Amino acid sequence: MTWTDYIPPLLEGAWVTVQLTLYSTVLGAVLAFVFGIGKLSPNWAFKAVSVAYIELFRGTSLLVQLFWLYFALPMAGMAMGIDLRLPPVLAGVLALGLNIGAYGAEVVRGAIAAVHQDQHEAARALNFSPRQTLWTIVIPQAIPEMMPSFGNLAVQNLKDTALVSLISLGDLTFRAEQIRNFTQDSTTIYSMLLVMYFAMALVVTVIMRGLERYASRWRTARS
Amino acid sequence: MLFGFEWDLSSPLAFAISIMPILLTGMLVTIQAAVLGFAVALVLGLVWAVLKSAPIRLIAWPATVITEFIRDTPLLVQLFFLYYVLPEYGIILPAFMTGALALGIQYSAYTAEVYRAGLQAVPADQHEAARALNLSTARTFTHIVVPQAIPRIVPAMGNYLVSIMKDVPVLSVVTVLEMLNVAKIVGDRTFDYLIPLSLVGGLYLIMTLVASAGVRLLDDWLPKQGIPLK
Amino acid sequence: MTDPIIKFDKVVKRFGDLTVLDELDFEVKRGEKVSIIGPSGSGKSTVLRILMTLEGIQDGMVTVDGEPLWHQQGTNGLEPASEAHLRKMRGRLGMVFQQFNLFPHMTVLRNITEAPVKVLGMSKKDARVRAEELLERVGLADQASKYPHQLSGGQQQRVGIARALAMRPDILLFDEPTSALDPELVGEVLTVIGQLAEEHDLTMLLVTHEMRFAREVSDRVCFFDQGRIREQGAPEDLFTAPTEERTREFLKAVLN
Repeated sequence: MTWTDYIPPLLEGAWVTVQLTLYSTVLGAVLAFVFGIGKLSPNWAFKAVSVAYIELFRGTSLLVQLFWLYFALPMAGMAMGIDLRLPPVLAGVLALGLNIGAYGAEVVRGAIAAVHQDQHEAARALNFSPRQTLWTIVIPQAIPEMMPSFGNLAVQNLKDTALVSLISLGDLTFRAEQIRNFTQDSTTIYSMLLVMYFAMALVVTVIMRGLERYASRWRTARS
Repeated sequence: MLFGFEWDLSSPLAFAISIMPILLTGMLVTIQAAVLGFAVALVLGLVWAVLKSAPIRLIAWPATVITEFIRDTPLLVQLFFLYYVLPEYGIILPAFMTGALALGIQYSAYTAEVYRAGLQAVPADQHEAARALNLSTARTFTHIVVPQAIPRIVPAMGNYLVSIMKDVPVLSVVTVLEMLNVAKIVGDRTFDYLIPLSLVGGLYLIMTLVASAGVRLLDDWLPKQGIPLK
Repeated sequence: MTDPIIKFDKVVKRFGDLTVLDELDFEVKRGEKVSIIGPSGSGKSTVLRILMTLEGIQDGMVTVDGEPLWHQQGTNGLEPASEAHLRKMRGRLGMVFQQFNLFPHMTVLRNITEAPVKVLGMSKKDARVRAEELLERVGLADQASKYPHQLSGGQQQRVGIARALAMRPDILLFDEPTSALDPELVGEVLTVIGQLAEEHDLTMLLVTHEMRFAREVSDRVCFFDQGRIREQGAPEDLFTAPTEERTREFLKAVLN
């Protein structure tokens, strides 16, 4: 086998990695908004849940979370009489999304809190409800502030998908490991693997920059 | 039995208590790996920062590409690379050392940015003032720039130490017996994953909360040492 | 004589230890144009901010159009106003801010139509027609599709005025509308405010440092000092023959 023979199986794995990254980033973004807004909510219960979620998932290790969901959760389910065995894909997407969502929530919270008080006053003077103020005035202005950090988190998430290979999910790293076990050609395989991740990270960065430009187009309109 | 400690499966509570010494032994390894990796990241990051700010393009540019490459590729893959590729070139390190080295390399890409941002944040008028006082470039750097950069750099570095701690479980793939790995082994042998893994989660929370509190204290304390933040 | 549309009855406003309004009594008649002048920190802007429900009060009573603003009728007499009550009352007022406070992410047109559509439930088409009329009135008909940062300060403030008018308020509050502007841009904003002052059913409350303008457009000028009205009257009386020493000092300082 030469290095060109490694490409098809690696590409198959890369496709799994792409899907994992996409699903978990979308899940993470949703969680980030829900709990980032929740941490600022005047409703104490919503706020408490949000703070607990953020602290729990930022305060523990992603791999611990992944193992807990994959190995420990089914046992907790068994104790309660429910089947909580997760297929590896679901455990992977959940762990990655929950983890990145907690970091994202802090970004969302920070960006929302940074919108100037003047904007809240203008919205109040025009009689917008608190909910309308949040969604039509505050959040659209906060999103451009979030985008650079979201870009970093998306790349982080792509890198983190490699960990799902440890619960035998056939992602890029898992496929590489299989080939290495078979050929013992470590240098070639791992070099290819690093380059492929780097290339994917560049693509993610370009996509996130594009989204950033789109979200802040009102800032750059020329006179 | 692990590390000479027996587990007691008579009740969940007894089981939890009996495996605590095992998990704490693993925690010690976690902390050691994190501290060693952090030390590597501090030194290597400084090297990158210096190379990246070199006035010669031929040095600065490759350094930038390399750190970008390190930052954009997974720690796990870098670890595999070091663990399986280095021996092919005759460099044989214990798994623990390889793991700490991988952590250090991965985070050096981040610490390099911290050094750079910290030094750049010292306002230009400070350099001008130093020149007006006829201080040498070296003296300006050690006596004017560095003292002002430290309060910005130290808390950011502290946060990376916390992040490194959370990445140590990745080292379990090369057989390092850190906390998650020992919990997994206990689970494999007792068929009870819930209690060991939940305990690891709890211990992690405590570790990161304590470490973060330490970083905050440092953050409050440093500017009072006659080095204002802004 | 009709009831006052705005009435402050022994209103107290404190920020911590600082008393900003000290048992303030103050009335404005329907359609009246009142200017409020005075040194900074005298509580002038606070009066507007209380009316716009941006700041609460500690004591006393504010009524707008005969209804208490910060209170509502409860089972046991008056109680602090609920958000629903504040929302109802707020609909009668509009405000023009010192820093314009336009929404930077919306075009000029959407700045003006957003609240009528979302808050008043106006159709997008009607709101647009109305916004175009208003932009015509403030002389910005050709700027509808621009973003605020593409406009000059004077233009932004005129959009701010159009935006407030789009909600059809009975009372329009101006909080130092020209203080943040470069001197050469003040005139265009004052011209627009002056035209509004011609409308006899719009009540206007104007906090300003533009003494000449206050004199031209207002029916009455109030001199605020240390949380109270020190002196008030028709502009020609107050500006030419102030009775209080503090008013004389203030006018002397600002008119030179």
